[in-house]
Amino acid sequence: MLVLALAGSVALRIRLERESTRAEVTPVMYVTSGATLRRLSLGHQGLLADLYWTRAVQYFGRQKLSGTGDYRDLGRLLRISTELDPHLLIAYRFGAIFLAENPPAGAGRPDEALALLRRGIAANPSYWRLWQDLGFIYYWDLKNYPQAASALEAGSRQPGADLWMKTLAASVAAQGGELATSRLLWFQVYSQAGNESIRQSAREHLAAIKTAEDMAQLNKLLVEFGQREGRPASSIDDLVRAGMLPGRPADPSGVPYEVGNDGKAALGPGSRVDLQMAR
Amino acid sequence: MWAVEITGLTKDYRLGFWSRKRKRALDHLSLAVERGEVFGLLGPNGAGKTTLLKLLLRLIFPTAGSATMLGRPLNDVRVHARIGYLPENPHLYDHLTAAEFLNYAGWLCGLNTVTRRDRGHQLLEQVGLAESAGVPLRRFSKGMVQRLGIAQALVNDPELIFLDEPMSGLDPLGRRQVRDLILNLRRRGKTVFFSTHILPDAEMLCDRVAILHRGRLQGMGKLREILDSSVESIELVLQDPAAQALEALAPFALASVRTGDRVRLELAPNSDLDAVLAAAIRAGAHIASLNPVKVSLEDYFLARIEGSGSPATHGQADRRGAERE
Amino acid sequence: MNQIAAIAVHAFKESVREKVLYNLVIFAFLMIGAGLVLGSVSVGINDVALVNLGLSAISVFGLFIAIFIGISLVWKEMERRTLYNVLSKPVARAEFILGKFLGLVLTLVVNTAIMTVGFYAVLWFEKGRLGAADLAPLEAVYFILLQLTLVVGVALLFSAISSPALSAVFTLSLYVIGNLLGDLRALGEQSGAALRALLRGLTLVLPDFAALSDIAPAARGELVPGSQIVSHSLYAALYIAALLSATIVIFERKDLR
Repeated sequence: MLVLALAGSVALRIRLERESTRAEVTPVMYVTSGATLRRLSLGHQGLLADLYWTRAVQYFGRQKLSGTGDYRDLGRLLRISTELDPHLLIAYRFGAIFLAENPPAGAGRPDEALALLRRGIAANPSYWRLWQDLGFIYYWDLKNYPQAASALEAGSRQPGADLWMKTLAASVAAQGGELATSRLLWFQVYSQAGNESIRQSAREHLAAIKTAEDMAQLNKLLVEFGQREGRPASSIDDLVRAGMLPGRPADPSGVPYEVGNDGKAALGPGSRVDLQMAR
Repeated sequence: MWAVEITGLTKDYRLGFWSRKRKRALDHLSLAVERGEVFGLLGPNGAGKTTLLKLLLRLIFPTAGSATMLGRPLNDVRVHARIGYLPENPHLYDHLTAAEFLNYAGWLCGLNTVTRRDRGHQLLEQVGLAESAGVPLRRFSKGMVQRLGIAQALVNDPELIFLDEPMSGLDPLGRRQVRDLILNLRRRGKTVFFSTHILPDAEMLCDRVAILHRGRLQGMGKLREILDSSVESIELVLQDPAAQALEALAPFALASVRTGDRVRLELAPNSDLDAVLAAAIRAGAHIASLNPVKVSLEDYFLARIEGSGSPATHGQADRRGAERE
Repeated sequence: MNQIAAIAVHAFKESVREKVLYNLVIFAFLMIGAGLVLGSVSVGINDVALVNLGLSAISVFGLFIAIFIGISLVWKEMERRTLYNVLSKPVARAEFILGKFLGLVLTLVVNTAIMTVGFYAVLWFEKGRLGAADLAPLEAVYFILLQLTLVVGVALLFSAISSPALSAVFTLSLYVIGNLLGDLRALGEQSGAALRALLRGLTLVLPDFAALSDIAPAARGELVPGSQIVSHSLYAALYIAALLSATIVIFERKDLR
């Protein structure tokens, strides 16, 4: 009896420690059926769900650190966690974002993210944030604005939904794809983010969006300059000297914008903004 | 009213789970114990003595037959409130102390807290364990366990006490104490039923005895009658007798043995003692002692055991001892 | 009545003096503490993980304790013939079984209470303060206790029949099957009529441990509706009564060694 209990608690600790130090890329999963695991857990499926969720978190962290962009097991781990505990909301939300994100930040599998969220909504139909996440993926990763709008709309009708859901639904329906709408969506993600990983991602997206907006604005000014002066501007300083800008604007990473060879606004060298994240 | 009345009590055991063969541990036993007497159940090991006690105490169930204790049938567990039982090799709870054990025993008998405590002290004193009241039972010696077993048998001041091998594990002092205890119980009007294979103890204590062998009653009766009715011979011891004295007594003597300066003459039990004594005195012999030589209980016992092919007796006094002569 | 109390108190004292109990309780505390670790290496499940791990620890170690003392206590009495001391006194056999059962349940309640206090201490340490929502685990503990008393009842029944090793195996098996009745039923749905009837019968008669499991909902802070508490308590009480009756029937006519 003693040996059993000791072995059990020691095994648990070893497993937890191993999760955080394991270097190999592909963890071997002997049991991949959530239903089977649930059966084996004899009433302790909540704990098992927590353990699998932890595995998923640590797997993601490890893969992200390695920079390989290989997240092949993430979907499975998330599925098992939510099969064990269908009310593990954080697994759906976290899973959705990082399954959908393009590599190397995420797994680049928006389809898996959708499937995960749909299951989450089936088990927790009145939890409006899952609808929000669904809408987000349709909008951002699949560029499917009508579906995004209807998801946001459905979410806005759930108890406790924030008021902006309705507004957002309308915006998306009308102006899907606009930078302003995207900014609204990412801002929601940022302000609700329960953990630093997600907040960081949102911050990067918002920075990229701001940069895109800035650059669009700069391009407008550059065109105006060209029309006014009859020649293209060679640098931002031209715009400043022409009194069109109060000073040299910088992107969110602090690096001033420049004029590229194509005569359009461009990022300065050393800029840490990833424009890809704006679309 | 009988203290214990047993009628045709039979116990069979199955040999093995699947087997249909049975071993008969007790075979239609019938006997009765009077109130206030000390009754001894004698028999070799395996005779069925413990089986009988376990049946009476409802630890096992009879195959046939019935019994009453203090007038109540066997399935009336409440009568145990007036009964005490010392099992053979009593098993006690290792984790309790002596005082806690007696307290538990008393509680099971329905005694209230104060009575339990006082009775506990008293009994521990009585059996000589007063100093070990707080000692855990796992550290008790065999003798101590036996004494505590006796104490718990008496915790409810019972009218009827069953003792299975009460002297087992005790040193001579302990045995003397138990003997005195039994006699004391008899003096107080209690009925004591004890089983043993040690005959001298029975000889000293019992009013009546029964002999059990291979599950059957082989003999029963008042101890005095058994012993009295079995006078084998009369022993006349002479101190340094003259040859002519021996000659004078020769017709009466069955045998004679000389040991040093003493001669022991064995006379027939029905001898005319007056004539013998007169002859001895006329011959000028010095008479050292004149005693009847009785069959010991042991002889009676062995005779019964060896004759165990005979059917069990029903009923009370057994005169077979006398028939032997 | 008095005799039942005597036996119950004695059984309680005897199990309290079992050293194994203390080891198991210590391990339970270790596991509860591990709940803090789990939350810290994961994301977003601090309280949930703590409650899950804490309640699971109480349940698992409670199960070990229930099986261990449930079996050893009665078997020891019979094996070591200390039972002679009890049954030669004015104690009915039924009273003996009931007394033992109550003593064991008392032991379980005390052990579980100690572990629960430890659990709440850790929860308080983690959360800083406790509110009304933290009552949900208490309900889960109540259900765990119901499960454990059922297990003790099963263990008592088996130990009146067979050896301790077999009793342990049977009791544990019954616990596992009792958690899988849903699957058994599902298996029946997919089978022929005869097998389906048999399985359906079995699932109704076997103890439904899964129904008495409340750990996952408690971790989410969900309270069990009062009607469910009552109905499940009633089920447990009835089933325990059945188990005890069966044990008494078997024990009533058993020849003691």
